[in-house]
Amino acid sequence: MTEPTTESVEVNGFAARVWRKGRGAKLGFLAGFGGLPRWIPFLDALAEHREVIVPSLPGFPGATGHAVLDSHLDWVLAVRQLLAEAGLAGADIAGSSVGASFALEMAAIWPETVRRLALIAPWGLFDEREPMTDPWAQRAKDVPALLCANPAKWEMLKQEPPGVNSIEWPIEQARASEAAARAFWPLGNTRLQKRLPLVQAPTLLLWGTEDKILPQSYARRFAEGIKGESEIRVIPGAGHLVELDQPEAVAAAILDWTR
Amino acid sequence: MKLMWFHLMPYTELPEDFRERHPSVWVDVHSSLFDPKRAHLMYNDFMDEMEFAAECGFDAICVNEHHSNGYGLMPSPNLIATALARRTIGTSLCVMGNSLALYNPPTRVAEEFAMIDVISGGRLIAGFPVGTPMDTCYAYGQNPSMLRERYREAHDLVLRAWTERDTFAFNGRFNQQRYVNIWPRPVQQPHPPIWIPGGGSVETWQWCAEMDYVYSYLSYYGYKAGRATIDGFWKEMARLGKDRNPYRAGFLQFVGVAATREEALKLYAEPAEYFYGRCLHVSAKYATPPGYSSEATQRAGIQSQVAQAAGAAAPPRYQDKFQLLAREMAEIVERGYVIIGSPDEVAEQLKEVAINLNVGHLMLLLQFGNMTKDLTRYNTKLFAEKVMPQLKDLFSEWEDRWWPQPMEQKLRAAVPAFRPQASAADD
Repeated sequence: MTEPTTESVEVNGFAARVWRKGRGAKLGFLAGFGGLPRWIPFLDALAEHREVIVPSLPGFPGATGHAVLDSHLDWVLAVRQLLAEAGLAGADIAGSSVGASFALEMAAIWPETVRRLALIAPWGLFDEREPMTDPWAQRAKDVPALLCANPAKWEMLKQEPPGVNSIEWPIEQARASEAAARAFWPLGNTRLQKRLPLVQAPTLLLWGTEDKILPQSYARRFAEGIKGESEIRVIPGAGHLVELDQPEAVAAAILDWTR
Repeated sequence: MKLMWFHLMPYTELPEDFRERHPSVWVDVHSSLFDPKRAHLMYNDFMDEMEFAAECGFDAICVNEHHSNGYGLMPSPNLIATALARRTIGTSLCVMGNSLALYNPPTRVAEEFAMIDVISGGRLIAGFPVGTPMDTCYAYGQNPSMLRERYREAHDLVLRAWTERDTFAFNGRFNQQRYVNIWPRPVQQPHPPIWIPGGGSVETWQWCAEMDYVYSYLSYYGYKAGRATIDGFWKEMARLGKDRNPYRAGFLQFVGVAATREEALKLYAEPAEYFYGRCLHVSAKYATPPGYSSEATQRAGIQSQVAQAAGAAAPPRYQDKFQLLAREMAEIVERGYVIIGSPDEVAEQLKEVAINLNVGHLMLLLQFGNMTKDLTRYNTKLFAEKVMPQLKDLFSEWEDRWWPQPMEQKLRAAVPAFRPQASAADD
């Protein structure tokens, strides 16, 4: 695994990290809950075939600026600006949980900015009969197994690398959780349901068989709501953050869908 | 000094195996544990106890706000304070307080506090807590990432609502109101004294200094654990060039008085163990909603842990608050959560606490846990008769600029005598 190139763009006056790696048609990736404190194998698998561009959402590792976003309109405008600054206008967009939800917003509100979507367990809906698990009311020790089928995958993502500032690292991880909370508290429901009929981009919905955050029934709700073509693909041996549990399988599915 | 009588209104009949059988006393405490008919008696007992404390001569009665909470049955402390306003005469009413960010619009707080101030003839202390994570973010669904900003803005709105003479438009980040013009207006001018119950964040201390508000540290862990926080407060006041007027601060302390220390140990063990064992059984999963603590506070916390690892003493972190506590009487007393003893022993200890912490407003929990009404009255009366006189004159060289200024007695309404037999007749 080699490191990507890192650059910085500005959103609302705050710096946001953008990673780039690989050659080929552009493919954006918006990270899921917890963000990306480090480069992961899943992105390498995509970068073997495409130019992968990974901009950090406000407040996620690599970016700040979440604290000036007070409304959902503020958020979608910030993400729109972020994608444009990262050179992703009109590109294929992949995303996971939090990021996947914003990718759908982009496709609904600015259809011309998105080609095809490949999304892992997007947030944004809430079904009272099968409520989303509260990701913010958990004991720290329970979080890894809640997000990944293999808890070690989450632990590896979040483990402090040797030599980093030991005070800032945990604050950055807490900030990522706060940023997601700022946009999705308390139920994960941004009323995205209303905007799904505006999504015309062909959309792949990827779901882990062991997702403990969002039940698989949500995949059907998304598929039924989206106006454009959609397909559900279930990934065995994966939890909520499928890209951590099964990087190869997910990357293959995304590459196939956005070919 | 001021001796204030505080009631948390705990549900007194949580089962003995509560810790083992139930995940949390707060947020998702099960409704099957709540018997409304028993609670009818509890509320009425509690209110009797408060009125009794007022008669005994305590300077204030204190109430506070909690939601979905098995040890705090006051989602609306304003209701209780209003009832007390009609059943007390000279006592101040300390509502500690209303969690500003939970009210929409926050002018509701300006109105209700003004009502209490008017009904009581100017006896209100207006407390403005941010509120705990359990109350605000979980039970009330407020966004933890915006809670503090909303709180500050709501504070500004309430203050303006109290002080501006003309109808005004409030154009806030979170609140917009075209016509702000509250009726009634508070008796105390420009507004009732404002007290801020807070944790140990430097930002809160600085704000209290800037606004000239009382800072109250309401911990359940007594003077030994609270020392570091209060010391930090005074250090910050000194840095900001503020005087050491002890009335800038308030502090909460559990107390049990009896004829002798042995008797006190015997009498208060059960209610203390009930409180620390059952009432403070709060699930750790509700302790740290992301964003509730500012990054500056998180940074200070991590730094103090690093210091702690290096051998220095540090206050417990918020998330550990409910996990590390003592649950058996000997240790509860040893750690200073509850001060017990004969009246002289208690007076001696409290004098030391007040002087060491330099705190002029002592809020006393003389009812705690499942303490019976009889024992509560005994504790309250003994304290008032034998302890209070030994403490009253402490800090008399200082002026309490943060105490209510009620209307003159002769201008105040006569509170009619209450005749329970009339309402309960022929039942």
